[in-house]
Amino acid sequence: MKIKLAKEEIESASIHQLQRISGEDLKKCYQCGNCSGGCPVSFEMDIAPSQVMRFLQLGKIEEVMKANSMWVCVGCLQCYSRCPKGCSVAAVLEGLRQTVLRKGEDFEKIKEIPIPFLEKAPQQAIVCGFRKLVS
Amino acid sequence: MKIPYYPGCTLNTFAKSFDESARSSALEIGFEMAELKQWNCCGATFPLTPDNLIALSAPAKVLSNAGKEGDTLTTLCSVCYNVLKRTNKVMRDNREKRSTINGFIEEEYDGAVNVLHFLEVLRDKIGFDKVKAAVKRPLTGIKTGAYYGCMLLRPFEDMGIDNAERPTVFENLLKALGAEPVEFPNRIECCGAHLAMNNEEVVTKLSGNVMTSAVGSGAELIVTSCPLCQYNLEKSQDKVASRTPGYTGVPVIYFTQALGLALGQPIETLGFEKNVTDVMPLLKKKGIV
Repeated sequence: MKIKLAKEEIESASIHQLQRISGEDLKKCYQCGNCSGGCPVSFEMDIAPSQVMRFLQLGKIEEVMKANSMWVCVGCLQCYSRCPKGCSVAAVLEGLRQTVLRKGEDFEKIKEIPIPFLEKAPQQAIVCGFRKLVS
Repeated sequence: MKIPYYPGCTLNTFAKSFDESARSSALEIGFEMAELKQWNCCGATFPLTPDNLIALSAPAKVLSNAGKEGDTLTTLCSVCYNVLKRTNKVMRDNREKRSTINGFIEEEYDGAVNVLHFLEVLRDKIGFDKVKAAVKRPLTGIKTGAYYGCMLLRPFEDMGIDNAERPTVFENLLKALGAEPVEFPNRIECCGAHLAMNNEEVVTKLSGNVMTSAVGSGAELIVTSCPLCQYNLEKSQDKVASRTPGYTGVPVIYFTQALGLALGQPIETLGFEKNVTDVMPLLKKKGIV
């Protein structure tokens, strides 16, 4: 894949905002790939966790925003647990989710959540799902 | 001995058998889990973005209420434990955030409460040797896979209950109960968690990996400490069985049900009828009942 890099993108306001919200320094990641190896849901992601970090280091936040990765992350912290640099990709992905949800945009429409799930699932699943996927 | 206890929203309804078997087991061992007079939902997820203080107000309120009833707080659900313990650390160590959160909840809480998982109470306050001494119906010969999931152990520096990669607390409890613990590769992997809401396929795959990994390592029974793990595993049983040659299902119970069983409590009080995969044939086969 050929991409064009631009200083304006690498140091863009969105990248700074993401680092502020997530509390993570994107530059710390040195691409060892432990996170993608340990992530239980990377098989489902358009862009794997370590690749998310690389895209963001290069300022390509738009690519990451278009991918499903942030909505698939379960927040199990396996990535953080195994990162030799102490980066939390889970926090970065939550930062990305929050930039959407804080604008009042839902990823999951409440009306579309299946009724059997709402009736039978433990409250914990519903509360957690709402916190992660609904604004 | 009385220990203040936070059940959380799910244990009060969906996972009643988790709550009841723990309370009765505690009495059997010699302490009482005294439910907090006032409590609310913990929020079921610790915010991973550190600026999201509003999400910490609910668990901080729980901790503040607990502080009025004692210096420790025990809980059973792995997620409640994770959220309360991590929030408590913020309240204890970060003066600026503490002040803001206390302003939200109109309390003066300083993080003084010691948050303990029920497993920690058994291990550190009571001792597994004493639990072993109280066993009346040893679970002899039951090969049991302890499924930790994620929230009980991670992140290590905040939770500290056990080694995040090679935990032993569950296995040691199972040994005390007379069971034969089976370590299996996926015991600290995620079950799919909240994706149950919108991505059942992924949940089936992850939960299926956990169960087939356990069975593949010889487990005849899985114990959990999280109602959401329990729900995801049990709900996936049929689909996993239909897709996996040789897999016919494995009973999944809360570890407190195994504890209550070993402590000799009447079978009918342990809530096994609520489990999707019946555990009774296994117990009969092993001569436990």
